[in-house]
Amino acid sequence: MLRAGVAVLAGHWRRHPLQLAMAVVGLVLATALWTGVQAINVEARASYARAAALLDQDRLARLLPRAGDRLDEADFVRLRRAGWLVAPVIEGAGEGADGRRLHLVGIDPLTAPPGALTLALAEGATLAAFITPPGRFLADAATAAAAAGQLPGPVEVVAGIAPGVVIGDVGIVQNLLGAEGELSRLILWPDQPAGLPDWQEVAPDLRRESPAAAGDLSRLTASFHLNLTAFGFLAFVVGLFIVHAAVGLAFEARRTGFRIMRALGLPLAALVALAAGELLLLALLAGAAGVALGYLVAGALMPDVAATLAGLYGAEVAGGLALRAEWWAGGLAMAVAGTLVAAAAGLLGLARMPALPAARPRAWARASGRRIGAQAAAGAAGVVLALTATALPGLSAAFVAVAALLLGAALVLPGMLAAALALLAGVVRGPVAGWFLADTRQGLSGLSLALMALLLALAANIGVGTMVASFRLTFTAWLDQRLASELYVTGRDEAEAEALRAWLAPRAAAVLPIWSVEGPLAGQPGEIYGVVDHSTYRRNWPLLAALPDAWNRVAAGEALLVNEQLARRAGLAPGDRLELPGGARLEVAGVYSDYGNPVGQAIVAAARLSSLYPRHERRRWAVRVAAADAPALARALARAFDLPAGAVVLQAEVKAASLAIFERTFAVTAALNLFTLGVAAVALFASLVTLAGLRLPQLAPVWALGLTRARLARLELARALMLAALVLAAALPLGLGLAWLLLARVNVAAFGWRLPMHLFPADWARLGLLALLAAAIAAAGPARRLARRPPADLLAVFAHER
Amino acid sequence: MLLAVEDLAKSHATGEGRVEVLRGASLALDAGQSLALTGESGSGKSTLLHLVAGLDRPDSGRIRVAGQDLGGLDDAGRARLRRETLGLVFQQFNLIPALDVAANLAFQARIAGRHDPAWCAALARRLGLDALLHRWPEELSGGQQQRVAIGRALAARPRLILADEPTGSLDEVAGEAVLDLMLGLVAETGTALLMVTHSLRLAGRLAGRVHLAGGRLAPC
Repeated sequence: MLRAGVAVLAGHWRRHPLQLAMAVVGLVLATALWTGVQAINVEARASYARAAALLDQDRLARLLPRAGDRLDEADFVRLRRAGWLVAPVIEGAGEGADGRRLHLVGIDPLTAPPGALTLALAEGATLAAFITPPGRFLADAATAAAAAGQLPGPVEVVAGIAPGVVIGDVGIVQNLLGAEGELSRLILWPDQPAGLPDWQEVAPDLRRESPAAAGDLSRLTASFHLNLTAFGFLAFVVGLFIVHAAVGLAFEARRTGFRIMRALGLPLAALVALAAGELLLLALLAGAAGVALGYLVAGALMPDVAATLAGLYGAEVAGGLALRAEWWAGGLAMAVAGTLVAAAAGLLGLARMPALPAARPRAWARASGRRIGAQAAAGAAGVVLALTATALPGLSAAFVAVAALLLGAALVLPGMLAAALALLAGVVRGPVAGWFLADTRQGLSGLSLALMALLLALAANIGVGTMVASFRLTFTAWLDQRLASELYVTGRDEAEAEALRAWLAPRAAAVLPIWSVEGPLAGQPGEIYGVVDHSTYRRNWPLLAALPDAWNRVAAGEALLVNEQLARRAGLAPGDRLELPGGARLEVAGVYSDYGNPVGQAIVAAARLSSLYPRHERRRWAVRVAAADAPALARALARAFDLPAGAVVLQAEVKAASLAIFERTFAVTAALNLFTLGVAAVALFASLVTLAGLRLPQLAPVWALGLTRARLARLELARALMLAALVLAAALPLGLGLAWLLLARVNVAAFGWRLPMHLFPADWARLGLLALLAAAIAAAGPARRLARRPPADLLAVFAHER
Repeated sequence: MLLAVEDLAKSHATGEGRVEVLRGASLALDAGQSLALTGESGSGKSTLLHLVAGLDRPDSGRIRVAGQDLGGLDDAGRARLRRETLGLVFQQFNLIPALDVAANLAFQARIAGRHDPAWCAALARRLGLDALLHRWPEELSGGQQQRVAIGRALAARPRLILADEPTGSLDEVAGEAVLDLMLGLVAETGTALLMVTHSLRLAGRLAGRVHLAGGRLAPC
């Protein structure tokens, strides 16, 4: 019995391979984009976890300097002598063979708490080689290759070390970094002996940071990954629309067959089980293909994601992918769940289907009208929810607002289109135009899912495109303001830095210090910069809000400036006071924009910085010189002091590098945008193709009454273009609303800074043309087939019972 | 002669080769005349009607409608002929689902550029459709739908009505009522009628009858 049922179900797909292809394509695309994004997220998170876990940063508290970024090794010695179980760590930047940045980490395996790395070093010979000059270094394969020959000792490949990180003995790394006697932090063992003196009395210059606060990297990057996940989910939903359309049509087309099978004795439960089994098989096969395709998508996007994370957050992530069981399983689960959701209505209808057909045909036009009305009401509720969530603080509320706005607008769309078509019908004259609009309105329910998918894709394009373009415009202007100096110079030590300044002073218009210390600001990690009073800052520094005479007050050491991130997080405004590490409280004279910086920042007068933190580093200078003279001066300076590459940087190079990071940052977004639009075009194509056969009963009478097939085909094409144009008109305000939410809510909640919104009508026009082209391409095939359709197909409508 | 069919042949491809449906069928119909076309199921009655309507092309033979040779007309020419000269009534009514009754009634007349609101209103009254004008096709009974189809065919004042078993899907009472109406209106307007039916009783109510058997027509 079941075998016969399976044969009937499979027979439908054999006779309608296009419907099967559409269901498979929808599911493959949906699963591919979802798993692709998840693969990227899993890989990146694994990199952070590796980096943190190797040094036990994820679960152990640590001691950090109260001011500056280095602590005195004497503090470590005092704490150990007092009985405290602490382990020293030093970190700093180095350079690999190919100019790649290396993150050097020095540890002491003898005092480090037991962990994966210390276990790896526990063997006597390895340990001895590690701590004895020239030392032995540990890195992953790619980093080891880049570091080879750049370090005094051999680099050993150890799987599991974060990309870009090279680990060595603390003393040897101190030497390499020129930081003898200095440490970055001390790791506190979890279990300490009883009866110890208070560590604050032993080392009063240190502060304790709890393990939770140490997980900055994953917190900082969470927003980025949430963005990717949101995009992946949007693409998944758009893909499911295709599956829903294809599976729904298959259920509708097999309604008579289902009834006959029931009439012949197949129990309803068995029929439902067969249909569910068929869907499960489809989901597993297409899901597996989707996961495989997702792996390729992730592989293609991963280098850009790695560059983004490095550029924005300094997070090192491998540019490659590992096959992970978790996202294979996750992808297949999503495919199965998505298929069941997409087919829920069909399965439910089958489970409730009476054995005999209704006495009268369903008044489907009215039923679809009621459905569209109910859907619009639900959509309006979604929009109200979005508006409410917009007024609430926090990243979650911002994402709720985005999701509710998109979903609400998508649900409202068919109702809006029906209203627009009714409005047009009242304006146009002529029977064909009247029929065209009435027929389009009646056919909306069949196309609504595809049109909703198109709306979401277009709105996402406009929204994200506006955000990225606004960001780019603002970022470029900000770069011009902030990178006003023509040359940036770093000495190997403070003595050389002073010599550089003395050499430059007679040759440049100004030599401005770039001095800073790290320390907590308003309870969060931050940095404090010292500036001298110079027109470079007064003219170029982009202040968002300021007290009158702000720069004079900063120059006098009475006040400070804070970046937007710090101002928003700490609720600071000009006129408030901010406590700096060490206890000094200064008035906030102004707030400046500081795009892309994840941490809070304050600017004080250079003299004030030096008086507050006398041990701060004094190695960097910004040099003002005529732009045309900058390259020659840079060459002369490098020659005179035999400076290494990277010690003298031209403004133009920094700008180019910053812009390159920017472009790569949004390359992933642009790619996902394009993918989503492509999936929407496929959804539209799938709907039009599958509906083409079902539309013959509507078209055949009109043909018989005197409209040619060619004209009907042109009308079908015009219908797709008109609907795409109407959807585009709806997508524009929706996309701009989305852009506003991203810029003014999501960005502020996730990164702490708000971007001004710019409008780009030329981009909309380009997208509009692309959407119309996609609609024309999607409709061209079915229209062409209609124009060439043999009269016999149309005559069949009159010859057979429908 | 309004309609002249000469030596018409038509075959269809099937899984078992070509089947010759018409083998030299001929008939003639003058303005104002009515003719029943009878025959067994599958004898080719509908095929002949579709060929006369220009919905399909014959393998050989000639069809002239109102002086126009259908063989010389392209797709657009045949569509114009159907719009302006013919009225079609199908067994399954084939109303346009997107349009309400009033719009369905007027549709062909409007695309033919001959819409006469007064005539449409009169037809609606005669056909008992006054109260149904703003209903949708799926809200009507079979008899009501067929009355709309007849009204649609007559609204454009065609010179020839081609009806393919117009009462075939109606019960006997409804079928009789619909046929009475159609014959009355055809007589009033002077329109010619070619009606396919397999019912000899219904055929007997028309002025003439031809029988299709073995692909050929024979007068009865």
